[in-house]
Amino acid sequence: MIRPDAPLLLEIRDLHARVEDQPILKGVNLTLRAGEIHAVMGRNGSGKSTLSKVLAGHPAYTVTAGSVTYRGADLLELDPEQRARIGLFLGFQYPVEIPGVSNLEFLRVATNARRAERGEEELDTFAFEDLVRERLKVVQMDPAFLERSVNEGFSGGEKKRNEILQMALLEPLVAILDETDSGLDIDALRIVAEGVSQLAGPDNATLLITHYQRLLDLITPDYVHVMAAGRILRTGGKELALELERTGYDWVDQELANLEATSEREPVEVA
Amino acid sequence: MSTATVGDLVSQPYKHGFVTDIETEKIAKGLSEDVVRLISSKKDEPDFLLAFRLRAYRQWLQMEEPNWAALGYPVIDYQNIIYYAAPKQQEKKASLDEVDPKLLETFEKLGIPLSEQKRLSNVAVDAVFDSVSIATTYREKLAEHGVIFCSISEAVKEHPDLIEKYLGTVVPSNDNYFAALNSAVFSDGSFVFIPKGVECPMELSTYFRINSADTGQFERTLIVAEEGASVSYLEGCTAPMFDTNQLHAAVVELVVLDDASIKYSTVQNWYAGDEHGVGGIYNFVTKRGQCRGDRSRISWTQVETGSAITWKYPSCVLQGADSVGEFYSVALTNNRQQADTGTKMIHVGPRTRSTIVSKGISAGHSSNSYRGLVQIGPKAVGAKNYSQCDSMLIGDQAAANTYPYIRSQQPDAAVEHEASTCRISADQLFYLQSRGIGFEEAVSMMVSGFCRDVFNQLPMEFAAEADKLLALKLEGSVG
Repeated sequence: MIRPDAPLLLEIRDLHARVEDQPILKGVNLTLRAGEIHAVMGRNGSGKSTLSKVLAGHPAYTVTAGSVTYRGADLLELDPEQRARIGLFLGFQYPVEIPGVSNLEFLRVATNARRAERGEEELDTFAFEDLVRERLKVVQMDPAFLERSVNEGFSGGEKKRNEILQMALLEPLVAILDETDSGLDIDALRIVAEGVSQLAGPDNATLLITHYQRLLDLITPDYVHVMAAGRILRTGGKELALELERTGYDWVDQELANLEATSEREPVEVA
Repeated sequence: MSTATVGDLVSQPYKHGFVTDIETEKIAKGLSEDVVRLISSKKDEPDFLLAFRLRAYRQWLQMEEPNWAALGYPVIDYQNIIYYAAPKQQEKKASLDEVDPKLLETFEKLGIPLSEQKRLSNVAVDAVFDSVSIATTYREKLAEHGVIFCSISEAVKEHPDLIEKYLGTVVPSNDNYFAALNSAVFSDGSFVFIPKGVECPMELSTYFRINSADTGQFERTLIVAEEGASVSYLEGCTAPMFDTNQLHAAVVELVVLDDASIKYSTVQNWYAGDEHGVGGIYNFVTKRGQCRGDRSRISWTQVETGSAITWKYPSCVLQGADSVGEFYSVALTNNRQQADTGTKMIHVGPRTRSTIVSKGISAGHSSNSYRGLVQIGPKAVGAKNYSQCDSMLIGDQAAANTYPYIRSQQPDAAVEHEASTCRISADQLFYLQSRGIGFEEAVSMMVSGFCRDVFNQLPMEFAAEADKLLALKLEGSVG
């Protein structure tokens, strides 16, 4: 839902980042307002996943230039845990397994960290169980997964549901979902997409990072951005995704080649 | 941005490193037959005990220090150690009010209040300072149940028959180099006797404190559970920070008769030396329990976090039919610490069963080895063992080794061994952090999760303490 007067949640300005000595992001610009759903598309290696990790504060990435403002504050100053507590959420493409750490306890500690930041009282184990059982419905997840170690032995689909469950508990203001659709069968994709749609509201913004149209058939984005070589090459409405689906990424390569030939120009904005 | 690394987390300052300024009576450095006689006479011991000590000393002279463990340390000069040090105070006090307040203060500072008002409820404590026991709480209450809980020096005086009957019967004086040394010069320790059919009404605990810089601590613990008796016992230990190494060579013997059980838990937090490996305790300990009776049970639980060097293999000799031995261990090493620890399960009787769960955590430049023996004798028909050895590496400079030995002379026995190694990865930490969980809490969650099987075995009062201790040891160490 696009409302020009909606509050600004996230503003990314000319963001450059590298991993080790390899520059990956080369000037990303992106603005998210409350109520909006954005999709970032692009080939492997275009920098989509890096963007999500830089926003969440992964220590392997170094920001070399640019700024990220989250609700008026400098996001890049904050530790990953502080970013999470103030409402930034990253749904991982490959959620890691953490043997020995109970999923239920993990969810409770994470939820309480977010609640403390919002000035809400901590939930004890009983109160939390009530909450988690209610939120499980969002992703139609079997409560048995609460008793297991975090993601340990979960199938690809179960891991992704667990991610959306975390999102449902943490109630983020900006949710970045990194290829949440990858590795999911049709049913799991539908459940995950329904969960995300349910959680998207007028007060928060969602950034979907994806390769494929199929997720966007289920969640209609307000904006589609095409990323290539560490920049956003084009921005459009949902029809841009459909165009990509039809024509593939070849034109992106062409546009990129032109761009590089004509030096360091700003990316073309197509409204 | 967070600059903490997994490496920094483990290097938290040691909180028990203070020295108590108290006048101490020490004998001259060095070891000889005269020193052995001097220790025995200071303690006013009966002849059988002096004979035991002298025999051990002579055996020790003939023995060589073992070198098969995966440990490296400079040669120990046994003539440069003081073998007896005691805080100066008259006779053991009848009442705690007469104990030197400095000593009471020391233990209070360590979280072990001994005074009547502040005592830990339902835990009786024997407090050992350098070479002597200074106080034992709840003695009278225990005596009502027929339970004897006192220092071994007192037991020698008050129950010489029991000492003569059991001392050295599980760990003979010539068992190994360090056991022989201990048998010759042991100073104090705890004695527990649970008579037939009695379930000990409270947890028993001994707290060992090394205070002097140049003194060795050689404590001796003996626990006997008669038919149908049971007891849960916990030992804790700390030492000041010195830049020299102190030798600690203890012997613990457990005897369990028919249908009896002993649960022995250790939270070892001796000073471990600094990040360059300067100072710290050399911990060479022989712990063994004998399940003499049918259906008897011994359970060792240890949380080893301190010491520069740990050489320790709490073992069970499963003699009685259907007897059970258990070993649950968490060993954490950081900086330059080295641990070579594990267990021996000796199956002698039929249908004996044993379980080994070992969790090693290595951080910094430390080395952590599990060494375990499962031996099934020819008469141990239907014996069963299950072993699980897991290692966790923190950072990329630490080492973890597993040396399992299995010897079976019984075709009918079942022996299972599982081993795994894992690492706290940056991605796991980032995952937890990206959910709002602070870096240190994230490490601590993963470490406690890794150790849960063992912590579940600790007495309730101490499980939380162990969790905290590990978190403390790891504070500032990951990344």
